[in-house]
Amino acid sequence: MIEFEIPKPIAMTNNALETVAINMMRPKSRYFDEHEHEIPWDYINFMHMAMRQTGAGSLAPEEKKKKTDEQGKERPRIGYQTLAFMLEMLSWGDTGMYLVTPGGGLGAAAVEAAGSPEQKEKFLARFKGEKPAFGAMAMTEAQAGSDTSAIRATAVLDKETNEWVLNGEKIFVTAGHKALCESDGLVVVWATIDPTAGRAGMRAFVVTGSTPGVQVTKLEHKLGIRASDTASIVLQDARVPFDHILGSAEVIKDPTTKGFKGAMATFDATRPLVSAMAVGVARAALEFLKEKLAEEGVEIRYGLPRTKLTNIEREVIDMEILLRSAWLLVIKAVWMADNRKPNSMEASMSKVRAGDIVTKITQRVVELMGPMGFSRDYLVEKWFRDAKISDIYEGTGQINRLIVARQVLGYSGRELR
Amino acid sequence: MYSFEPTEEQQMLLDTINRYAVNDLRAQAYDADEAGELPARLIEKGWELGFLQASIPEAYGGFGDRSAVTGVLAAEEFAYGDLAGGLAVLTPGLFATPILLAGSEEQKQKYLPPMVEAEWQPFTAALIEPSFDFDPLDLHTTAVEDGDGYVLNGVKMYVPYASTAEAMIVYARLGDQTQGFIVEKDAPGLKVGERDKTLGVYALPLYRVHLEGVRVAKSDRLGGAEGHEFAPILDASRLAMAAMAIGLSRGAMEYARDYAKERDVFGVKVAQKQAIAFMLAEMATEIEAIRCLLWEAAWMVDSGKPEASKFAYLALTGAADAAMMVTDRAVQVLGGHGYIREFPVERWMRNGRGFAMLNGLVVI
Repeated sequence: MIEFEIPKPIAMTNNALETVAINMMRPKSRYFDEHEHEIPWDYINFMHMAMRQTGAGSLAPEEKKKKTDEQGKERPRIGYQTLAFMLEMLSWGDTGMYLVTPGGGLGAAAVEAAGSPEQKEKFLARFKGEKPAFGAMAMTEAQAGSDTSAIRATAVLDKETNEWVLNGEKIFVTAGHKALCESDGLVVVWATIDPTAGRAGMRAFVVTGSTPGVQVTKLEHKLGIRASDTASIVLQDARVPFDHILGSAEVIKDPTTKGFKGAMATFDATRPLVSAMAVGVARAALEFLKEKLAEEGVEIRYGLPRTKLTNIEREVIDMEILLRSAWLLVIKAVWMADNRKPNSMEASMSKVRAGDIVTKITQRVVELMGPMGFSRDYLVEKWFRDAKISDIYEGTGQINRLIVARQVLGYSGRELR
Repeated sequence: MYSFEPTEEQQMLLDTINRYAVNDLRAQAYDADEAGELPARLIEKGWELGFLQASIPEAYGGFGDRSAVTGVLAAEEFAYGDLAGGLAVLTPGLFATPILLAGSEEQKQKYLPPMVEAEWQPFTAALIEPSFDFDPLDLHTTAVEDGDGYVLNGVKMYVPYASTAEAMIVYARLGDQTQGFIVEKDAPGLKVGERDKTLGVYALPLYRVHLEGVRVAKSDRLGGAEGHEFAPILDASRLAMAAMAIGLSRGAMEYARDYAKERDVFGVKVAQKQAIAFMLAEMATEIEAIRCLLWEAAWMVDSGKPEASKFAYLALTGAADAAMMVTDRAVQVLGGHGYIREFPVERWMRNGRGFAMLNGLVVI
């Protein structure tokens, strides 16, 4: 039956998260925006403690035993839905600070998606320890962004020591510095074990701060999300034990290209979550505008035909439509993930939509605030800068359009390049 | 909890309507549009699917309960077939559903059972007015209390089947409220004028209606002498309009998609060009997003949420924009052929333009 009631456990968590957003994030938003590369340890330590107590926060909800209610009926899974709400709310607080929330992040999500049970146990325990730890994913290289098959980093097995030897340079690793230098975290590094095999040769390797030959060489200065570190990582004869490879060590040159598919499966799960973050930023901006309008005595008269609306009313109403419809598309995509329905198309649709609406809404709000929109007295200009990354990382709007288009048309990657 | 899955019963209804939409409505849409009329048998067949009958309780001759969610699912399918035909099939609902939602017990007993048990009959409603600032909540047509009844004055437009209608609900301003009044076909002062000439839905007969001192008894005020709330009727109209905008958009997107997969250009199919593929991706995303908005609004109406009216308004505003965006692009994907009447996309673009302004053409 079609319904839209927020599940009770989510509603409760959401209240707590809103308090965190209001009290721990918003007051520090400006400071960490203006002090790039400083680390918001108060927030990090608080969230680590809170998440240890509640078990919340992993980007890949574990396959727990099916939960049942008092009558022994199976309860619906809501893991990804819970995460979507959490990320939306914390990004409403501050999306840059949300990105430094301790935990496994994309790195752990990849281990969850492609690792063996032993690997999951070995690598993921660190995120439940006394101290906060960070996980990251290193995919992008200077010459390979959306075209991940162009990756040049290599992994060669040293049969004498049974170690993988990694060489290459990774850029744009979100939380890479915190994972390797500021905590006992991990980075999942994508490299090829057979440069002649294309995507079939691509594998993910778990690298930690103690791995010899791994170095963080640069922290980027960015347009927005400045509280989040974006690292360059150089691998120079970096050696990891054999069992740090996620998935099979064999190269099977068939069209199923499992190594690559592993990465893409991770994205199907995490894309709607990144969309949820975008929605949080958009909501922050739109709510701020409505608050300011209310202070000025401007009331939005819902229900009027467009002919009778003022321009500002029309703008706000149109933005509410964009925001709400994008959010519900996110909910649909995570609801599908929770119910084990293939959601590749909806995940990408949510990303297309959320990337579009957050850039549009923040741009509009800056304009509609007049000269004050341009001022650093308010956070509106920051949200405008923070927003743009949503249309870029975790698959640009264009890559996601390509994915949606292939699904809509029933085309393979070869048929629609 | 969240769920995006229709019930089994809803799915069966959808499948039934979909078959009719594709095999009957869509198949005859071109001829009907060119001729400016719909075959009686086509409408009767749609009526026999029993959608309206299933939304009226047994006590009034029907065999079900009204659900806004079921309504939007059904309305999408009708419009997926053809907007004009779908509106025609649903025209009796313009009269029956407001009576169900807001009528007095006496009105329900009098009108619903005979309507439900009979063949499709032209019962209708007059809401839209010929003015730039038409607003269902601020009508120019007036109702004035006069002795034991009311007197109606004003002009209405786009009243479906007004020339043959047995009875219609006329909406008018009474004080600062919008109220419905049941007017039978022979009422003195009720004059059905010329058929309206329109941008779209050529096949649907729409008429100008003049109300010149039409007297209505107190018992014929919708809801009886005490009157009624207008919001539930307006919500039901907005949801139905929005759903039909989505259905029409889906039809246009799918047609453009299939065309693009057939059409050769520079040695490949035109769909293999990103310029076209991305347009289709955006059309599909728009439809999916706005459909979610619509479903939530319908669910809010069914659940009695206080913000339901606002969300029904947002859903229709969003769906009307979506219909324009999608149908415009569908024409564009077909290029020159999109502009030619033998291809349906130009019709869908014309039909799609009305959703933003024509609230009141359908109520479910």
